[in-house]
Amino acid sequence: MSNQTAHRNYLWSRFRASPIAMTSAALTVLIVGGAILAPLLASQNPFDPAALNLANSLLPPSWLPGSDPHFLLGSDDQGRDMLSALLYGSRISLLVGFGAVIFAAVIGVTIGLVAGYAGGWVDALAMRLADVQLTIPAILIALMVDGLARATLPQETHDAVAIYVLIFSIGIADWPQYARVVRAATAVQKTLAYVSAARVMGVSSPRIVLTHILPNVLTSVMVLATLGLALAVISEATLSFLGVGMPPTAPSLGTLIRIGNNFLFSGEWWITLFPSLTLVLLALAVNMLGDWLRDALNPKLK
Amino acid sequence: MARHILRRLIQAAAVMGLATLVAFLLFNYVGDPVSNMLGQEASRESREALRAHLGLNDSFVVQFARFSIHAVKGDFGTSYRLQRPVADLIAERLPATAELVLVSALFAVGLGVALGIFTAIRRNSWLGQTVLAVSLIGISLPTFVIGIGLIYLFSVILGWLPSFGRGDVVHIGWWTTGFLTASGLKALILPGITLGLYQMAFILRLVRAEMLDVLGADYIRTARAMGLRETTINAKYALKNAALPVITIIGLKLGELIAFSIVTETVFQWPGMGLLFIQAVSFADVPIMAAYLFMVAFVFVTINVLVDLLYVALDPRLRSREEAA
Repeated sequence: MSNQTAHRNYLWSRFRASPIAMTSAALTVLIVGGAILAPLLASQNPFDPAALNLANSLLPPSWLPGSDPHFLLGSDDQGRDMLSALLYGSRISLLVGFGAVIFAAVIGVTIGLVAGYAGGWVDALAMRLADVQLTIPAILIALMVDGLARATLPQETHDAVAIYVLIFSIGIADWPQYARVVRAATAVQKTLAYVSAARVMGVSSPRIVLTHILPNVLTSVMVLATLGLALAVISEATLSFLGVGMPPTAPSLGTLIRIGNNFLFSGEWWITLFPSLTLVLLALAVNMLGDWLRDALNPKLK
Repeated sequence: MARHILRRLIQAAAVMGLATLVAFLLFNYVGDPVSNMLGQEASRESREALRAHLGLNDSFVVQFARFSIHAVKGDFGTSYRLQRPVADLIAERLPATAELVLVSALFAVGLGVALGIFTAIRRNSWLGQTVLAVSLIGISLPTFVIGIGLIYLFSVILGWLPSFGRGDVVHIGWWTTGFLTASGLKALILPGITLGLYQMAFILRLVRAEMLDVLGADYIRTARAMGLRETTINAKYALKNAALPVITIIGLKLGELIAFSIVTETVFQWPGMGLLFIQAVSFADVPIMAAYLFMVAFVFVTINVLVDLLYVALDPRLRSREEAA
């Protein structure tokens, strides 16, 4: 049995032994699966104005009086089916979340690898830059970048590219975490005998970094990325709730909560509750999964 | 030690310089300040006159230097949307945010430290376990969801507390305070909890972890073996040594309270700087955005430097190591 298969079997058996890990994973798969299959599962396309009928607006969930069985979780002020809006909304939230994490990880890992391997002034410059950025909370940086995009782009253009602006602004706020961890790991790997051996054999520096060092630092990146996904989804929801994220025509979970917040006092609690619940469960599940992964991959806790 | 402090001060100056540069770039190059102030229909002559008056024809370095000097004096120009000096707007909104952040910080630090110590000492009691489990939910809930939940429970269903605004405020010079009226105090409760809850849960978990770390140390076992009373051990030896990392991280977390006051102020329509800022972002009101960025960077940098000095002052090991080096 190869080393890698053994490692995989070990992780799998630890996973099977942890009810918390399995519950969180099941919940994550449920929400992510629902988001991916949204076009098949949803009874209507909530982004298509032609599919909405204002006569169906503000219907309560199906177990309450005055409801319509076609609208299982009720409807919002536009006559959008809440369940369909949730499925499509999670799709956008997760798309931004994954996009931002990949963006932040690619920048952070690249800078971390270069800084850790090169050392010297490159290293010092990159790490001071990370220090400076970490002085300011990520949500503020994301807000600033978003505000900048809003000030430079006309309204219609901005709405059309809102999702990319969000991915960029959340991702750019998060790279220092990856850069720090990868840089520390790279600096350690660099001193090991296999790297010196490769260098003596005349292997080029970029090749050493990509084929030998990168695979060895990916474990810590994976843990960071999992915890980062929960953070990114929450950041997206926060920005959308503040009205500077996804526009109401293509609502994410945060936009839905923002819309629902206007109806809290008139008693239509379901417009806020269901998206909030989905968001919190998603964040909690991914967070617990990330925590578990960190412990399971930590050699000190074996 | 002097070298350590000097290095931190240089880093702080670098952050401030960068923040000022970004604020300046925002102010001068995002949109066209002249058409923002005069409107699209202004004549060519009046545009040229304003350009000259604002000094927009000067070189980049001269403009940046002028902007920096004005920023230090607190002059950030006129808001595009509200047509009033940004400095006045900020002075008006500052007390609301300052009082909200103060209340949240007291709540988060006070309750977080107390419950952290409690869950560490009584780690096997059911109450300690319950508090710990609830704190996990506390760090997974987004701030605005907490706010909406509290409003629904305490304002909509129970009708006990107000859901928006500051209540009645008392003017003391240019400062306005909600601490002196009953409605002002009542209005602070829900926003204060909303803003502080995440930090409270975070501090609780941090204090607990540090306390458990220290309680497992050899010198605690020695103290116990020597027959010292449990309260003396906890208060005098364990808490003191657990306090160091806690103080550093709490200091940095206070900066986050300011950042997230934007969210809390939006949920509760709290008339503070955060609400001013988020409205400025929605309307691309650049002078306010630039001023907010500059002020917040200043507060963060100040907190960072203070925490660093405090750390050196509190940790005798750090002092002796620096002197030896």
